[in-house]
Parts: sequence; C-alpha cells; structure tokens
Amino acid sequence: MAKSVTHEFFKGFWEEIAPFRLVLGLCPVLGVTTKMQFGLGMGLATTFVLVCSNLLVSSLRKVIPPKVRVPCFIIIIATFVVLVEMLMQAYTYELFLQLGVFIPLIVVNCIVLGRAEAFASKNGLVLSLADGLGIGLGFTISLGALGAFREILGAGTLTLWGDPLLNIATYFPGFQAFTFMVQAPGAFVCLGVMLCGMNMLGQK
Amino acid sequence: MGEMIKMVVVLTFLSSLSGGLLAYVKENTAQRIEDQVLQFVKGPTLKSLFKDAENDPLSDRFTIDRDKESRTFFVAKLDGKTQTVAFETFGKGYGGDVGLMVAVDVATDKIYGAGVTTHSETAGLGSMAKDDPNFAAQFAGQPLLEPIQVTGDGGKINALSGATITSRAVCVAATQAGDMYKSLKPEIEEKLKSITP
Repeated sequence: MAKSVTHEFFKGFWEEIAPFRLVLGLCPVLGVTTKMQFGLGMGLATTFVLVCSNLLVSSLRKVIPPKVRVPCFIIIIATFVVLVEMLMQAYTYELFLQLGVFIPLIVVNCIVLGRAEAFASKNGLVLSLADGLGIGLGFTISLGALGAFREILGAGTLTLWGDPLLNIATYFPGFQAFTFMVQAPGAFVCLGVMLCGMNMLGQK
Repeated sequence: MGEMIKMVVVLTFLSSLSGGLLAYVKENTAQRIEDQVLQFVKGPTLKSLFKDAENDPLSDRFTIDRDKESRTFFVAKLDGKTQTVAFETFGKGYGGDVGLMVAVDVATDKIYGAGVTTHSETAGLGSMAKDDPNFAAQFAGQPLLEPIQVTGDGGKINALSGATITSRAVCVAATQAGDMYKSLKPEIEEKLKSITP
C-alpha cells in the first residue's frame, strides 16, 4: 500500500483524530480541558514529544532489536517528556503550574507510544514526521475545542494566554455559568456530545 | 549471542544519550527555572511586602550556605537605605507546609513585614492567612528575636478564626525566621555591605 505524506498528515485531523475516533489518551483530554488555553498548551506539549519521538524511533528503527523495542521507545519518549517539562518550567511557568502532573504523564500517554509502535517503527523519517505532526495537531485541536466548549459553558468566557477573547455576559446579560461543565463529569458529557456530533457528520 | 550483545549495546547507548541530553538541558535551564519560580511563587509576596522599594528585591538577592542548606535573602532599598532583607521559612500547617516570607530591618531587628507565600490550607479558613492582609499585617513591628506566638499561647498575634493550626504554623515559621536570623546575622550584615542596589 503506497502511503502519501499528505494522507499521513491529514488523517490525524479527522479520520484518526485521537481522542474522538480512537478514544485514546483520555486522561489529559478529560483532566486539563477546563480552559481552552490549558487544552492547547497540553496539546502542543504532546505534539512536541510525539514528533520528536516519532523522528528518533523512525531513524533508529533498523538498529533497535525487536525484543527490546518497547523499553527503547519508553526511554526515548521519557527523555523528551522530561525535556519538555524543563523547558516549560523555564519559559512558560504559569502554564506549567496549571498543567502540573499532566506533563510528566505524557510518558504514559498511549497515543505517543502507540504511534511509535504502530507507525514510526515501520515507516520512514518523512512519513513518521507527517504522522507525528498530524496526530499531534489533531490532538491539540481536539483538546482546544473541548476546552473552549467547556470554558464557554462552564465559565462563560474564553481566554487565550490570559487575554479574554469573549465574554458571554456581553451578549446574554442573564447568562448563568454552567459550573457542571468545568467539573469532571462535565468533561465526559462534553466529550460524548462532541463524539456524537462527529459521528452524525461522518454518517452518510 | 550476537543479538544479546546488540540489545545491551543499544539500550546502553540510548540510556546514556538520554542521560547526557537531560543533564545538558537541566544545566542550561536551572538558572532560568529558579528565576521563574522566584518570580511566580515568591515574587507576588515580595512585591506586596516591599511596595515602596526603590530597587527590585527579586534580582538583588544573595544566598548563605549553612548546614548544607542554601538560604536566599532578598534585599530591599527603602528610603535610600539598604538594611531590610526578606527570607522564607516554613511552618507545619493543617494541609502541609506554610511558607512565610519575613522581611526584617537589620538595624532594629524588628519585622518590617511578613506575607504567606505558599500553603495548602483549607480554602476560606486557613487560606485567609494569605488572603486576609490584616493577619499578616500584625507581624509588622514585632521584634524578631523574641518568640512569636498567637494570643492563646501568650503571644501578640490574633489567630484567624477557625484556623488556629494555620495561625500557629505561621507563628512557628516567624519564630524560626528569628532563630535563623539570630545565627546568620553577622553574615547577613557582611553581605549587605557588599550589595549596592
């Protein structure tokens, strides 16, 4: 089966969009999406790890002995996660405080390990890069969308890097924040509603 | 056998590469991370303590090493004089350590001001130690070299209602600050002379 770079890149946005189609990596998806910017920040951190680990796994795929491939993948992924953690502490400390424990948890995010095992270890460098970028950005968009949805309903605002972009109260003065949405059960409900919407759109 | 060796070699290589890379990045970001932590965790408290400072106490700081522990002191220039230093101590609160930033006037040994930096106390009760400015304001003017206690224990600090443990923790931190200040005072004065903000 011939694989095209564009197909590998764009499949991450709809066909195989990780949290919705594969329902993978739900821990950060549900945990950090109380605000849009947390979702986006988490998504970008994951994308960075995913792209780097895909590239390294793909370039080492002929060297890594099959029997120890999983420990090798984990070393590679863990290295990049700690790297991204230190960089976030150094440059985006506020976001780091908010995301907290979810950053180290990227190590056990099954999307990252899943792409290393299922894709990067079997494909070339360029395809793996496209795959990592596509899946990662798809993940970022999903988290951002879910975060935006929950933030608008739950707090009535939409903020990006501290700047308020939107305040529902200006359009609907009587708006009551739907706090259920920013709590954990609200995350499941939102995810379910969005999944339902996507399935409806995808149906012929 | 050959496969065995290959496995060992590959894993060793990857591990050392990973260790080396991380050590390198840690080395290069350590200073920046320290600055960020200072800015976001201690910065707000310092800023409210030294509203009238003519310098930036966050950047004018020095450290004193004692008993393998490194203590950071922030120097403030007030009314043209650099004789006020602030440092952080901890007391055991209800939900964990309560950090207290104590500013002391080296000339009079009196507390210039104090403010809670970090805590994990109950919201609305213990958290008032940080959120209610009247509580921390009581510390200003107290002599630091004497034990600082809540009124119930014979001291002068009015405890927060519903948060006795937290109030005590803050007093313990302040008393500890006094002990530390007592033992480090000569060095603090020494370092202050060399700092000209």
